[in-house]
Amino acid sequence: MPDAPSPSSSLLAAALRHRLTWPLVTLALLLAVNTAFNASFLHVEWRDGHFYGSLVDILNRAAPLALVSLGMTMVIATRGIDISVGAVVAIAAAVGAWMIGGSVSGGESRFPLPLAILGAIGVAALCGLWNGLLVAKVGMQPIIATLILMVAGRGIAQLITDGQIITIYYAPFFFLGGGYLLGLPFSLFVLAAVFAGLYLAVTRTALGLFIQAVGINPTAARVAGVQSRRLVVAAYTFCGVCAGIAGLLISSNVKSADANNAGQMLELDAILAVTLGGTALTGGRFSLVGSVIGALIIQTLTYAIYSLGVPPEINLVVKAVVVFIVMLLQSPDFRAQIGALVRRPTAGGALS
Amino acid sequence: MSGGHSPTLDVAPTAAAPDRPTTPTRMRLNPKYLPLAATIALFLAMATAGSVLYTGFFSAQVFLNLLIDNAFLIIVAVGMTFVILSGGIDLSVGSVVALTTMVLASLVEHHHWSPLTAIPLVLLMGTVFGAFMGFLIERFRLQPFIVTLAGMFLARGLCYLISIDSISMADEAYSAMAQWRLELWEGASLSLGALIAMAVLLAAIFVAHCTPFGRNVYAVGGNEHSAVLMGLPVRATVIGVYTLSGLCSALAGVVFTFYMLSGYGLHATGMELDAIAAVVIGGTLLTGGVGYVAGTLFGVLMLGIIQTLISFDGTLSSWWTRIVVGVLLFVFCLLQRLLTHRSGKPS
Amino acid sequence: MDVSTGHPLAPVLELTGIHKHFSGIPVLRDVQLNLYPGEIHALMGQNGAGKSTLIKVLTGVLEASGGQMRLAGQAVWPDSPLAAQRLGISTVYQEVNLCPNLSVAENIFAGRYPRCGIAQGFRIDWATLHQRARDLVARIGLSIDVTRLLSDYPVAVQQLVAIARALSIEAKVLILDEPTSSLDDDEVQKLFEVLRRLRGEGLAIVFVTHFLNQVYAVSDRITVLRNGAWVGEWAVGDLGPQALIAAMLGRELAAQCTEPPVIPVFDDAAPALLEAQGLGQSGQLQPIDLKVRAGEVVGLAGLLGSGRTELARLLFGLQAPDKGVLRIDGRTVTFSNPMDAIRAGLALCPEERKTDGIVAELSVRENIALALQARMGMGRFLSRAEQTAIAERYVKLLGIKTSSVDTPIALLSGGNQQKAILARWMAIEPRLLILDEPTRGIDVAAKQEIMEQILCLAEAGMAVVFISSEMSEVVRVAHRIVVLRDRRKVGELPAGSSEEAVYELIAAENA
Repeated sequence: MPDAPSPSSSLLAAALRHRLTWPLVTLALLLAVNTAFNASFLHVEWRDGHFYGSLVDILNRAAPLALVSLGMTMVIATRGIDISVGAVVAIAAAVGAWMIGGSVSGGESRFPLPLAILGAIGVAALCGLWNGLLVAKVGMQPIIATLILMVAGRGIAQLITDGQIITIYYAPFFFLGGGYLLGLPFSLFVLAAVFAGLYLAVTRTALGLFIQAVGINPTAARVAGVQSRRLVVAAYTFCGVCAGIAGLLISSNVKSADANNAGQMLELDAILAVTLGGTALTGGRFSLVGSVIGALIIQTLTYAIYSLGVPPEINLVVKAVVVFIVMLLQSPDFRAQIGALVRRPTAGGALS
Repeated sequence: MSGGHSPTLDVAPTAAAPDRPTTPTRMRLNPKYLPLAATIALFLAMATAGSVLYTGFFSAQVFLNLLIDNAFLIIVAVGMTFVILSGGIDLSVGSVVALTTMVLASLVEHHHWSPLTAIPLVLLMGTVFGAFMGFLIERFRLQPFIVTLAGMFLARGLCYLISIDSISMADEAYSAMAQWRLELWEGASLSLGALIAMAVLLAAIFVAHCTPFGRNVYAVGGNEHSAVLMGLPVRATVIGVYTLSGLCSALAGVVFTFYMLSGYGLHATGMELDAIAAVVIGGTLLTGGVGYVAGTLFGVLMLGIIQTLISFDGTLSSWWTRIVVGVLLFVFCLLQRLLTHRSGKPS
Repeated sequence: MDVSTGHPLAPVLELTGIHKHFSGIPVLRDVQLNLYPGEIHALMGQNGAGKSTLIKVLTGVLEASGGQMRLAGQAVWPDSPLAAQRLGISTVYQEVNLCPNLSVAENIFAGRYPRCGIAQGFRIDWATLHQRARDLVARIGLSIDVTRLLSDYPVAVQQLVAIARALSIEAKVLILDEPTSSLDDDEVQKLFEVLRRLRGEGLAIVFVTHFLNQVYAVSDRITVLRNGAWVGEWAVGDLGPQALIAAMLGRELAAQCTEPPVIPVFDDAAPALLEAQGLGQSGQLQPIDLKVRAGEVVGLAGLLGSGRTELARLLFGLQAPDKGVLRIDGRTVTFSNPMDAIRAGLALCPEERKTDGIVAELSVRENIALALQARMGMGRFLSRAEQTAIAERYVKLLGIKTSSVDTPIALLSGGNQQKAILARWMAIEPRLLILDEPTRGIDVAAKQEIMEQILCLAEAGMAVVFISSEMSEVVRVAHRIVVLRDRRKVGELPAGSSEEAVYELIAAENA
């Protein structure tokens, strides 16, 4: 007969059950590993008018991935998936670069910067809308519907850049991905703004409830009066917008638009971030905070690999191992198995 | 109340749920073959269009080249078909192909193994890899998408561990195998890879339709819960499909080395999506339980003929190629959707 | 051979002292079951009584926490469905757990295919398989094409195919878990013929059902469970309906259940709230006229497949009609989706609560508030406190058994889920509520509560369209009965009509 659980152990049990626990633990572990190998990892100082340090770097680089992960979370919550985000990033970067003018206009911008930004995001939104219509109106399976744009999208991006890599010389544009506001990278503010807007929309309006209902049981949601089609289209459009903003941040950071390589493998990282954050691919309940933590995990992991002096070849293998471990830890079946293995030596007898 | 007993219940097949239209009995073709028929029809249409538009298109070798140039994709897609039929997905196939080429190239070139020992070894490696992923998916109820995604990272990572650069295969015996051609008739020949692909395809069709394993795959894909209650070996079947996919990927890797004569970590990037596209175009539903292995062949041929048409045209730059492939994929999937929707099949 | 005394033959299956608990919560306590060859044994009890759990223990899906099971005198413990099958215990579930994408013959022989070639271990012998399937199917009196997909056939046939599968494994015990829920009377009779034939061949059949009249029509003995405990075992002749209900409920609800309520006469001159003129959809429903007034309960009666659900879906905007007009308060309306209908004051409680009703992972509170929230739109959000208040109100009103309103709805029993879905629609305070089979698959007490609720709502001025396959319910509660057959309306009957009158009206078209 087991003893009555003590108050602290029941609190621990509750904490262990919380969805965000494992992602946070993983992130903490990665930060610890980084610090162990690099004493100055957690060191942040003020230099050149802004914060400077490894943590700042990680946050800056994680911002585009976190943005795309937020968009991907909404799509996955409706039981869908969007594998075209990498291509949309490339398209947005291409549109932005083209509108600014690149080497053609040198230090000047062909169109005013705000217009270029709006243009890039607008085109990205159209891409998302296209995906959404294919899934909701035509009824195609999400992976196939978004596969079409994934295949054709990079071609479209290359069409816009005429097959070249457009280098951008217009200085104000660099502020997006490389500038600092109040000492912190501007990209963080962009992420924060999008996150805040989405979080408010999901918790303060019925959006969260409706999206979950659509993801868990689309038929029941429709019978209950939820406008499932519009929601699905909106989710994909929002995902497109996020990819567009991320595209601008990325191209601003590298000061160029590379239609071939921008956003390469980004969709996989985004899906990974969403899953690491606790949202299931089958749709339904989702966690925005979890997805952001997931993006941070992936970025910290990449950073850890560099700081450990691990040759870049190992990058993928380490990523794979970490994913396996986190996946297993998140699986209730695995935890039960381990629990049984741990309990058996101490119980010393039949359990039931 | 019913009027009088009748000893037998004569039932003509009707729509299962009341709110779907009754399938009109005038349709001679069993509705379940419709997507496959659509694929074949479209393929023939494209072949005809090509023959009309471009000189030299209508030749036996052009069509046989479809098999030769896509032999590895056929093999990979066949493995993928089983996985998708069971309701899962395998994103690691391209990476396993690359890993196979890398290991094979390294063994044959750097360690001077004979191909006769190296090839069985890499096949075993692929099989074990697939079995491992299948085990994780089944034992801990993990999502196939993520497990095979991690597998994809792992396999490619292992490639780079062996060598960052490509390893050319100059071994004479190997080159001889790669260049060997079976002469069918004047001006028409098949490569060893194409023959292997055809053999794999035929074996797969047999497995799918004449073995309990194949039928269990369909059952698990149709309704896994029911399959469990019916006492079918669901566990073994799920692990089996991923193992089979791993074996097919490794075999495709071997065929790929015949084609490219090198091992390289960047080989076969994106092949998993090509395979999925081929399977879907071939009429298999991503939700599982419905589809034919033969359809996958035509899915691959469709992708191949698109590439052939574009190269015959010769005027399209690489990015236009991508756009055209995307458009054709869209048109095809739209047609498939409209056709299956009309016949009243569940979406 | 005298089954009514239950003694002369040795039992084929004996369960004694069966215990089962989930994380310390007992679900079965000291349950017993004695099954003899050549009998049909009804297993009865309310929802939550433990019938499903007992079946799952019998068939190896769950492992019992204690007790003994003897099959033909041997102690056994099936630990998987496959093991149970090998022992000769076969089950046909309510949802017909077969694979709809495989053919009938394959479903029957899945896992046990006849083989041919290379010393009979090689490929599947399709010819033999199809022939054996035909023979089996003929044995139970079915004449179908065994090569067609299972999904091509209606549920009634699928169930018989499941029985054929059970026979193919030479079962000693056949368990039928609520087999008649989706069948109409005709199909139920055919099923019973098959069961009687199998009983005659010496098969022991366990028959789980909610329908009292079916128990008395076909079973030989009855075992009753209540709240996880064994109440008793009787020969069917020794236990009358009232005593049976008393055993199941443990209280004197019996008297209430069998007395028909008095229906007040309805004022025919009152204006119509909803009027459908020639409403129809090609291939689904022929043009139908329907009038429903405020405070009126209109029963839609008919056999399975007669078009009642199609009509409900057309009225609610789930399907677009291509013939006729629909008028609300005299104004013509067209509904392109459910939201339009909801805004016009309609509500539909769908037939299939699992696929069209409950949103499984969401809580009871969120499920109940869903339609109301949908009507209010995205902007005006019901806070958690408001949702809780609404949910608790209906939990109390309808007697929904749940530990809290935050419990995921999937954990509730079928009857309580149904009540929660009903609560969802009552929460939007519609002017017209369409109920499609609201009492299917739920226990006697819950049925009674729902029927009373319907009458209360009508008295308060709500119009109700009530669809049910249980004719007795329809005639008890409706002010007017609209009778459908084969996708068209065949007539109307006034309140107080007998069941026979309804059947006659349906059958009249036959001649």
